[in-house]
Amino acid sequence: MSVTISSKRRGTEFVKKVKELSGENLHLCYQCGMCSGVCPAASNMDLSPRQVIELARLGMQNEIVKSKTVWICASCLACTVNCPRGFDLSRLMEAIRLLTLRRNVDHVKPEQIPPEERDDIPQIAMVSGLRKFTG
Amino acid sequence: MSLAYYPGCTLKTKAKNLEEPAIASMEVLGFKLEEITRWNCCGAVHSLADDDLIHQVAPVRNLIRTTEQGKNKLVTLCSFCFNTLKRANLLMKADTEKRNTINSFMDDEIDYSGEVKVIHLLEVLRDEIGWEALAQKVKLPLRDLKVAPYYGCMLLRPREVAMDSVENPGILRKLVETVGATSVDFPESTRCCGSYQIISDPGVISAYAWNILSSALSYGAEALVLTCPLCAYDLGQGQEELVKKRAEFKGMPIFYFTQLLALALGLDHQVCHFELNYGNPESLLREKNLLP
Repeated sequence: MSVTISSKRRGTEFVKKVKELSGENLHLCYQCGMCSGVCPAASNMDLSPRQVIELARLGMQNEIVKSKTVWICASCLACTVNCPRGFDLSRLMEAIRLLTLRRNVDHVKPEQIPPEERDDIPQIAMVSGLRKFTG
Repeated sequence: MSLAYYPGCTLKTKAKNLEEPAIASMEVLGFKLEEITRWNCCGAVHSLADDDLIHQVAPVRNLIRTTEQGKNKLVTLCSFCFNTLKRANLLMKADTEKRNTINSFMDDEIDYSGEVKVIHLLEVLRDEIGWEALAQKVKLPLRDLKVAPYYGCMLLRPREVAMDSVENPGILRKLVETVGATSVDFPESTRCCGSYQIISDPGVISAYAWNILSSALSYGAEALVLTCPLCAYDLGQGQEELVKKRAEFKGMPIFYFTQLLALALGLDHQVCHFELNYGNPESLLREKNLLP
């Protein structure tokens, strides 16, 4: 993927909002890639966890929002406990998800889950999944 | 001795095979797990956004119920409940501003500031009973059973809630050895099963499950032991398909730690509700002469 980086986008509303929601300092990251290395889902992602941090601090909102990465993250915190800089990437992923969900755009529509699946799935999956994927 | 106990929603329905053997085993060990009254769903996941305090209300209410009932320690069994309650408690203890906001929002409740200690039953076994004392109570050692401990995420991450070493946990291994079985360490024991992704992308869960199950299998495990109803589901529900697709895979029974405990303590196997497990554990246990 080729992207055009511009310093003008660094201080945009998107960057401010992501910092505010996550409570994380995006500039802690030095791009070592440990998060991508330990992420059990990285091979399914179109942007690696490391790239999400870099693009977020560069204000590349469109690239991040159209990516499926934040919806593949299961908040397992493997990145969080392994980051040598103490950056909690799970909070950044959550912040980006919420920017979409809070506009009333759900990632999962509960009514589309087949009834037999709904009956079979344990409550913690339904509660946690709907917490993460609906606004 | 009575311990305040938080069951959570899933243990009352899909995971009776986690709860019932726990209650029966603890009775044999001299502890009564006393369910707190008026408990509510913990919310299952910790809110990671800085401004999202409304989702802390549910777990905090359970902690308030605990103090109201004169207890300062709360025992959990489900990994998700353990994690969510413990993280909410740490927030109430450490963050004055958020604590004040949450307390003033819940003006029908007493003020709360993190007085309850949230623990998991595994910690009671390790720290309050002790492995040696537990070994003395074993009536039916689970000899010849090769079990791989699977921790998943929520017992060990983030670091501030971890009940054991984040990198190299051993608490489930100690339990497996104490009940007389052979513990099989394998590299995927703390790798995520995919968790709630089951509701958005069940196909990917099957791939994650195969990674974990095939790794345990390659290290010689006959079964997995775990603590989380969602891990049990994610690793179990797709096994029939995996058996059809992969000639080398005959299925892998998935046990809750409380079932192995109850069996080893000599309790009636009916309390374990093996019929609710994935991977047909009963035939493996019969093969090892551990079931009639």
